[in-house]
Amino acid sequence: MAEEKKKSRIVPKKYPMPEQDPKERVRNFNEVPIGQDKETAILEAKRCLQCKPSPNRKICKDGCPVEIDIPAFIKQLQEGDLEGAMSIIREKQNLPAVCGRVCPYENQCEGLCIIGKKNEPVGIGRLERFLADWERNEQKHGRVETHPSTGRKVAVVGGGPAGLTVAGDLAKLGHKVTVFEALQYSGGVLVYGIPEFRLPKDIVKAEVDFIKRSGVEIKNDFVVGKLDTVDDLLKEYDVVFVGTGAGLPKWTNLEGENLNGIMSANEFLTRVNLMKAFRFPDYDTPIRVGKTVVTLGGGNVAMDCARTALRLGAEESVILYRRSDAELPARREEVHHAHEEGVKFELLAAPLKYIGDDCGNVKQIEAIRMKLGEPDDSGRRRPIKIEGSNFIVDCQTVLVAIGQSPNPLVPMTTPDLKTTKWGTIVVDAEGRTSKKGVFAGGDISTGAATVILAMGDGKCAAKTMHKYLMDDPSWPAPEAFEKGAC
Amino acid sequence: MCVKMYEIVKAEKLTPDVTRLEIAAPHIARKAKAGQFVMLTVDEQGERIPLTMADFSAEKGTVTIAALEIGKTTRKLGTLKAGDKLFSLVGPLGLSTHLEEFGTVVCVGGGIGLALMYPVVRALKQAGNRIVSIVGAKNKDLLMYEDEIAAVSDEIFVCTDDGSKGHHGFVSDVLQKLIDDKQKIDLVYAVGPIIMMKVMANLTRPYNIHTVVSLNPIMVDGTGMCGSCRVIIDGETKFGCVDGPEFDGHKVDFENLTARNKRYLAEEETSLRVFQGAK
Ligand SMILES: Cc1cc2nc3c(=O)[nH]c(=O)nc-3n(C[C@H](O)[C@H](O)[C@H](O)COP(=O)(O)OP(=O)(O)OC[C@H]3O[C@@H](n4cnc5c(N)ncnc54)[C@H](O)[C@@H]3O)c2cc1C
Ligand SMILES: Cc1cc2nc3c(=O)[nH]c(=O)nc-3n(C[C@H](O)[C@H](O)[C@H](O)COP(=O)(O)OP(=O)(O)OC[C@H]3O[C@@H](n4cnc5c(N)ncnc54)[C@H](O)[C@@H]3O)c2cc1C
Ligand code: SF4
Ligand code: SF4
Ligand code: FES
Repeated sequence: MAEEKKKSRIVPKKYPMPEQDPKERVRNFNEVPIGQDKETAILEAKRCLQCKPSPNRKICKDGCPVEIDIPAFIKQLQEGDLEGAMSIIREKQNLPAVCGRVCPYENQCEGLCIIGKKNEPVGIGRLERFLADWERNEQKHGRVETHPSTGRKVAVVGGGPAGLTVAGDLAKLGHKVTVFEALQYSGGVLVYGIPEFRLPKDIVKAEVDFIKRSGVEIKNDFVVGKLDTVDDLLKEYDVVFVGTGAGLPKWTNLEGENLNGIMSANEFLTRVNLMKAFRFPDYDTPIRVGKTVVTLGGGNVAMDCARTALRLGAEESVILYRRSDAELPARREEVHHAHEEGVKFELLAAPLKYIGDDCGNVKQIEAIRMKLGEPDDSGRRRPIKIEGSNFIVDCQTVLVAIGQSPNPLVPMTTPDLKTTKWGTIVVDAEGRTSKKGVFAGGDISTGAATVILAMGDGKCAAKTMHKYLMDDPSWPAPEAFEKGAC
Repeated sequence: MCVKMYEIVKAEKLTPDVTRLEIAAPHIARKAKAGQFVMLTVDEQGERIPLTMADFSAEKGTVTIAALEIGKTTRKLGTLKAGDKLFSLVGPLGLSTHLEEFGTVVCVGGGIGLALMYPVVRALKQAGNRIVSIVGAKNKDLLMYEDEIAAVSDEIFVCTDDGSKGHHGFVSDVLQKLIDDKQKIDLVYAVGPIIMMKVMANLTRPYNIHTVVSLNPIMVDGTGMCGSCRVIIDGETKFGCVDGPEFDGHKVDFENLTARNKRYLAEEETSLRVFQGAK
């Protein structure tokens, strides 16, 4: 009843998030949303009805893969207790400033918000972001508690969201954790993939530092499988977690794909984000885009590529996607931002081949119009070529952003680790692999997904690992991993 | 004295524009094999560049690289001294040289290729092969690793473009002569400038002599995640960093490699100009 009464006073829309003007921001790499102030954040928190969980309806909290007690932290915020709110988030969340920015909350926590049924949901993502930023800036990133040592040693392979979550959680429980990361910076896709204007790298660094301060050691420049293998690690560590992600680019395999100017989204984004090519020549790594950039694909990665291209000085940035607007897999917010910034959408169109000039540089794509037919296995309507509708797009750069496959190095060098025909590592519901003592999670076991799902996997695996280390070293029979394996 | 990770323990010039650095990296030295490379970054602003290990020693805990100073990064390397530290060093990367007892192996190297060739020749020798080495350079002052290579070869031929030492002419002349003399050759291993490797592959093709080349496509990560290093082998796309760097020379699309390696010429020139202006 009390809820009913409150509902009549509901503020229908989220309090606005100030953003950089699109005209301005396409010329810089600064973050697009500027962030809310304390007053606005508290007003936003006050839109929350403090729903009680019940078995027959789902609320915000049921949509969060890392199980943050959302009503509880919002309550603290309503009362102006920022520290209290933050400590509730920290109980479950190792990367709050990251998730508050890149989580697809519209499908998760906010997607289940009761207010969202008739009005805009509570802006849970931006509240999480506000609190994490406040903690980092005002609190010198919170207190770090140390924990009595269990004497157990944990190796984590891959310093992305999945690996960092496992590391943070197990360090909190007193295990000695070492992360092995192939690149010179930790964070996985957060540092090499997602651009600065969506997720500033200083923030990732601060989150990683926080995890380090909780006692985790990170060895960068360490490629597991080339240096030590998983089997080598098992000699020194009690358990190993594999979180090596989906770092392998997919290609269109069309004629001319090796022309100059055609690159994978990974190459483009790694040059720009990890190597900071956007600051060339102050930074040494070069990048070139030319007048027109065409990005193939319609997911978050494609949006990131197309928006980055504009910031590097492209006059025209075009997304070529074979289905229609409704099927774009990218987050709506990213599509909206891309439109605002002037990215052009060439929808219902697919590339046929790449055409080069005499020096081996791409100059055109030949493409064809598509229409949507019957739904396919994925439930989305299948794109069908419209014969004779071929057309040409002039371009100097083509970015191939049609997906990533699992990174094969660890499975290749660990013979008894079962994989599926897609190359993902087979795990049971609690993160165990077919090899005793080895756990896995994140994109390497699910295929390319999201930051928060990778973290959810990490949480789940960390729980199982703790149990395995402390009291139950049993392991499922090999048959348990046959399903899906090849 | 305690040596830190990636600290340079020895720096020297092999020729006026080739720098050799011995770097403390015990974890890499322990695993390194002939034919593999490292990716290094000089400083935080630096580019990640691939360099073949010209030597490695598990006992000393060091790896050695030799770099031809052609652009900004390699010139920066040339300014480093013992005691300096690299920002990042990753390895060992790539597949190692396929070793077996082939019989007679002719190893051909040109220019900076001589440094890269040395550990491979040594390993092929240890694998029980008879080694004939052909080493070439523009002139005698630019010849490197001649003594080291000679020490692990059964026979060695020296060539210089200007005739200042050994045969006056190209390494290909010597190989052609060996073939014409009906010498038994089971494998040719060639490493050097792209044009040299291409000439070698074209030379041996009609005689069906298996020829291995070590390719140098532009790399970013060196671990298989970007595809910057893709090369065309027998019509198929391969990644130089994980499927290579060594490939069957008869199957390599050298035109594509040459074109792809020119992708960033304009930016490389800018980079070098700014660097030299700043100095
Ligand atoms: C451009 C881009 C934009 C995205 N945008 C979003 C978004 O807005 N929201 C969202 O939720 N998700 C987004 N995603 C997806 C999300 O980033 C991933 O699902 C998530 O990062 C997966 O985490 P992970 O820990 O499994 O793997 P990764 O983040 O891929 O991390 C794996 C780590 O393992 C390391 N590694 C790999 N092999 C080895 C080895 N052999 N030895 C040592 N280390 C190794 C890698 O270097 C890497 O650091 C995006 C992805 C991309 C590429
Ligand atoms: C597997 C491998 C092993 C190599 N081993 C050696 C070695 O032992 N000694 C040596 O002197 N050189 C070696 N090279 C070449 C070396 O990497 C380049 O000379 C170096 O990157 C040039 O950098 P720069 O900034 O000095 O020159 P730049 O002015 O940037 O470039 C000069 C030329 O070098 C090439 N190049 C530029 N950037 C890269 C890059 N990121 N990766 C690869 N090539 C690039 C291009 O063809 C370019 O035109 C190797 C290359 C590969 C792929
Ligand atoms: S982590 Fe993601 S899903 Fe969970 S509360 Fe935060 S924004 Fe929502
Ligand atoms: S469902 Fe919405 S209104 Fe209810 S507690 Fe969660 S955030 Fe608040
Ligand atoms: S250098 Fe990136 S895949 Fe080879």
